[in-house]
Amino acid sequence: MSASLLDQAPAKVAPARFRPLDLLPHAVLVLGVLLLGFPLYMVFIGATWDAGTIARGNLPLTPGPLLLDNLAHAWTGTGGERVMHTPVRVMMWNSLVMALAIAVGKIAISIISAYAIAFFRFPLRMVFFWMIFITLMLPVEVRIVPTYEVVAGFGMVDSYAGLTIPLIASATATLLFRQFFLTVPDELVEAAKIDGAGPLRFFLDVLLPLSRTNIAALFVILFIYGWNQYLWPLLVTSSGDMDTVVIGVTKMIGTGEAATDWNIIMAATLLALLPPVAVVALMQRWLVKGLVDSEK
Amino acid sequence: MQRRAIFKGRLLPYLLLAPQVAVTVLFFLWPAGRALWQSVHLQDPFGLYSEFVWFENFQAVLSDPNYLGTVQVSVLFSAAVAGLSLSVALLLAALADTKIRGAGLYKSLLIWPYALAPAIAAVLFLFVFNPEIGLLGRAMNGMGLGWDYRLNGGQALLMVVLAASAKQISYNFIFFLAGLQAIPRSVLEAASIDGAGPVRRFFTITFPLLSPTTFFLLVVNVVYAFFETFGTIHALTRGGPGKSTETLIYRVYQDGVVSNDLGGSSAQSVILMVIVIALTAIQFRFIERKVHYA
Repeated sequence: MSASLLDQAPAKVAPARFRPLDLLPHAVLVLGVLLLGFPLYMVFIGATWDAGTIARGNLPLTPGPLLLDNLAHAWTGTGGERVMHTPVRVMMWNSLVMALAIAVGKIAISIISAYAIAFFRFPLRMVFFWMIFITLMLPVEVRIVPTYEVVAGFGMVDSYAGLTIPLIASATATLLFRQFFLTVPDELVEAAKIDGAGPLRFFLDVLLPLSRTNIAALFVILFIYGWNQYLWPLLVTSSGDMDTVVIGVTKMIGTGEAATDWNIIMAATLLALLPPVAVVALMQRWLVKGLVDSEK
Repeated sequence: MQRRAIFKGRLLPYLLLAPQVAVTVLFFLWPAGRALWQSVHLQDPFGLYSEFVWFENFQAVLSDPNYLGTVQVSVLFSAAVAGLSLSVALLLAALADTKIRGAGLYKSLLIWPYALAPAIAAVLFLFVFNPEIGLLGRAMNGMGLGWDYRLNGGQALLMVVLAASAKQISYNFIFFLAGLQAIPRSVLEAASIDGAGPVRRFFTITFPLLSPTTFFLLVVNVVYAFFETFGTIHALTRGGPGKSTETLIYRVYQDGVVSNDLGGSSAQSVILMVIVIALTAIQFRFIERKVHYA
């Protein structure tokens, strides 16, 4: 076989000559990793020293001894001398509720509406489809004030419902599920029907298990979307007890004076970063799949 | 594309659609309609009185030199964010896609910033570039560069561009990698046999074949820079100093929420809706060739 002939190394071969140019790709990639990672590293370092060291501008490049102290102070909301803040424990809980409610809510209402649009024929089907599609073009950022007024009208300001429900319509997720449902072979539907499965049984026993990887992929993207929300929580919550951790950390910084409890703020930032980074790191495969699938 | 095998059901499909449609109508269409209505009315801040004023609000907004300045900042900002994050991501993806040792590790490390909230990215950069306590901020001042993004508009804009690009580099990196993997190896090998070096192969084969991905990402990046970077700007500069980092979204927030100017803010909202609709239309016209929505 010619392929194996090509693969076979000559009996005696001189070792490939080392060329300094071969290191260039590594150098560029390492530089890229360092540039993106350096600010994160400094946050970690900042969380391991005391406020005075940072305020004097003497922060070294190596970790100090106070990481656990600072994390504990941030977590319980005590020990800061200058910043009064809601305990990070409370803010993390708010963020978790918000991220999970948005991710699960978006997936749930999108998968059932995609099911209706892909597997049923009924009057106004395309009207509903386009109505959902249009939401793509109306991000909350462009209709800040009227949306706030509507939510306030329902008395949902400063509540989990107000934080999450206005954000859980999702055109992207509906389109993704619909695309996927259209690839389910007709034979499968016919077979299920012959076996006596109604639409709900087919959905629960056949379609839902088939959608597992799509659901996992969307979950990663939507969890991060929910955790990282900024403008909406800023508008719709006013009491400190309802702050999400992303909002809370920026509130703690305020105007960014030198003399503030930077060590506590950096510990809080570290905590705020942990869940989304963990989700990305652990579910990287689904993240990549989800992003590439849902945007095409 | 239509399915042949379908279920019968009169009520069920409507019930399945109900939650999504309810949220869409209540929190998307109704507010958007209100924004349209408010944009052609003049209201007192308490909502007791309103008058139909045709396009006066739009006239007021568009003839305000401050607003035009904001448009300029937004365009400059989005061009810089899109340009920076696209080119850096493409360079890194092209290198990570080659058969180099540790490619998997590089990929993982370059994907993590996707988890960064725009506001948290701002906090990270603030801590490093703060002129008094930040490591790099102090270093630059030590070299006599006169670094203080809180006073210097150009430096402030540079800060928000850098902070806003960090996350987007990862996003673009993921898409470029997927695009690169879809390029047939045989074409590259053929060019290689013909004696084309890696740089030449990249510019004559890889880059042209990536153009669908690049164009798609360009639109997505502009949308991101316009609409999703509010957190970065709010946490880092609050639009200042002066109005040097005030983008269109920041201004809607400032006028509508902080200054309570309903007519002006609604007119701006309507202008922004037109921009999003235009960008989405461009994006879907382009993707239409591959995917059919009907």
